[in-house]
Amino acid sequence: MTDQVANTTEPAEVKEIRPSALREFWYYFSENRGAVIGMWVFLGFAFLAVFGPLIAPYDPTEQFRDHILQPPFWQEGGSWAFPLGTDPLGRDMLSRLINGARYSFFVGIVVVSVAASGGIIIGLLSGFAPKIIDTIIMRVMDIILAFPSLLLALVLVAILGPSLTNAMIAIAIVFQPHYVRLTRASVLAERQKDYVTSARVAGAGKSRLMFITVLPNCLAPIIVQGALSFSTAILDAAALGFLGMGAQPPTPEWGTMLAEAREFILRAWWVVTFPGLAILVTVLAINLMGDGLRDALDPKLKRS
Amino acid sequence: MNAPIVKAKGLARHYEVGGGLLSKGKIVRALSGVDFELSPGKTLAVVGESGCGKSTLARLITMIEEPTEGTLEIDDNNVTPDNWASLRSSVQIVFQDPYGSLNPRQKVGYILQEPLIINRPDMSKQEREAKAREMIELVGLRAEHYDRYPHMFSGGQRQRISIARALMLEPRVVVLDEPVSALDVSIQSQILNLLVELQERLGLAYLFISHDLSVVKHFADEVIVMYLGRAVERASKEEIFAAPKHPYTKALLSTTPRADPTATKERIKLEGELPSPLDNLPGCAFAPRCWKATEECRTGRPALEGDAHGVACFHPE
Repeated sequence: MTDQVANTTEPAEVKEIRPSALREFWYYFSENRGAVIGMWVFLGFAFLAVFGPLIAPYDPTEQFRDHILQPPFWQEGGSWAFPLGTDPLGRDMLSRLINGARYSFFVGIVVVSVAASGGIIIGLLSGFAPKIIDTIIMRVMDIILAFPSLLLALVLVAILGPSLTNAMIAIAIVFQPHYVRLTRASVLAERQKDYVTSARVAGAGKSRLMFITVLPNCLAPIIVQGALSFSTAILDAAALGFLGMGAQPPTPEWGTMLAEAREFILRAWWVVTFPGLAILVTVLAINLMGDGLRDALDPKLKRS
Repeated sequence: MNAPIVKAKGLARHYEVGGGLLSKGKIVRALSGVDFELSPGKTLAVVGESGCGKSTLARLITMIEEPTEGTLEIDDNNVTPDNWASLRSSVQIVFQDPYGSLNPRQKVGYILQEPLIINRPDMSKQEREAKAREMIELVGLRAEHYDRYPHMFSGGQRQRISIARALMLEPRVVVLDEPVSALDVSIQSQILNLLVELQERLGLAYLFISHDLSVVKHFADEVIVMYLGRAVERASKEEIFAAPKHPYTKALLSTTPRADPTATKERIKLEGELPSPLDNLPGCAFAPRCWKATEECRTGRPALEGDAHGVACFHPE
């Protein structure tokens, strides 16, 4: 009888009706041209971050005293030896920018991974905890969110002391609540579904439910948030650097470079323009890529 | 063989709703006082309209929630949260919605093995896999389905996977929470046939929750009709369908579509809505909609009386 039933189950093989998850993802992602461009820029940025010291023509801290404030090559007085000119101490701008990519990338990765892993764990706990604990956690997160983010980061750095590491810690703390909220919201939605109940009927414990059953189904919005806050982290780190609270000179961090060059804005436009442009292009590329990720991963935006 | 495996006495479940720091919440009586016994190889159907407590009953039997009152015995063990873990493997559940009941990120093979990973840590990986593959065959799927994700299957196939998962722990009782109501009619009969066949082969006891009386008619041995958290009638399938005693059962049966154009249609149309389970009416819960209701019905609540054919009504047919 089983066999009879089996034979009549389905008329045809259901094999390739739905494409694999990865191909589907790429289909939606590549529909957004800005996202693809953003991705290529981001990959170039990542390449510079990894191989920066090998590509850069000079050491970023080496001072050429004879070439102070030399303009870029296309201006009068510029030379191909320093394609983007030199700064007030005679350091090569191009080398500093390339090495700066490494710091920005580092800030982005550390901040996002610290904020996301902390936020996911707190969000999961909050989603599964009894109502009182959930309320306490969420109100604490609301309080953190009520502060202007840069101001809170500034206060934290002021307490911890100015350095790139402390700036990253501060930014990660400021970003945490976004991940907590996002995770909790998805957990609450997923928890209602029957597959979670059936795991409970099978005897799954709390931690198994949280990490094996529910978490993999909540990851899509968190990935998108990660991509978008990667750029915000770079921006905030640059802002802290500009205010003297982030990376300290002579570190070639883009925000710090801007701050150092402030007084030469009128005399030498290139010392502020290039770090600013580097921040702009990187943040724009990552945001475009994040938008594409959201189109591809967020089921509410899918058109099909 | 015929000793009942599940015995429920006065099972009740109340939920507290609303209520903040200062105000006291109200109590919803989702289920109040249900008795039944279930024997191996038998099917007990629970029918009733939405909100009558069918699914709450399922949650109590599958030990997802604790009853507020009453006792539940499984295999002569009194069920308390302390021994839930040890009794879990004897009661499993199949859900209504085949799309929400399988984890979309897990492959079929893993979905089937998960109950074993949790409950039989001593079992080796090979044994688990062999068992999962055996179960896939048993429910009428093919071996190559083992490595696929749930979204690659149709509704009927997913329901087969759900059934296979429920059977992995070799339960003696399976709660079927409207297992076919989300499926096409053509697929429904296949799943029902599969369930009947599995019952014969494995001696399973089914608690079959449904609102579809034509399905119940084919499938059940005994039927409990519920209204607002209480059993209003309990009898064998034949008796219920041939001679319903409670007015509500009668009304319910009269709405079942029949494929007989010559039969005279005598549809009993009920007036009004299901009363809110928030207000605990003193009388029979069905009295406000009943055409036979008297003063007696509004003041006193009839108990479920009669051994073979129990009915909770002052004016049975």
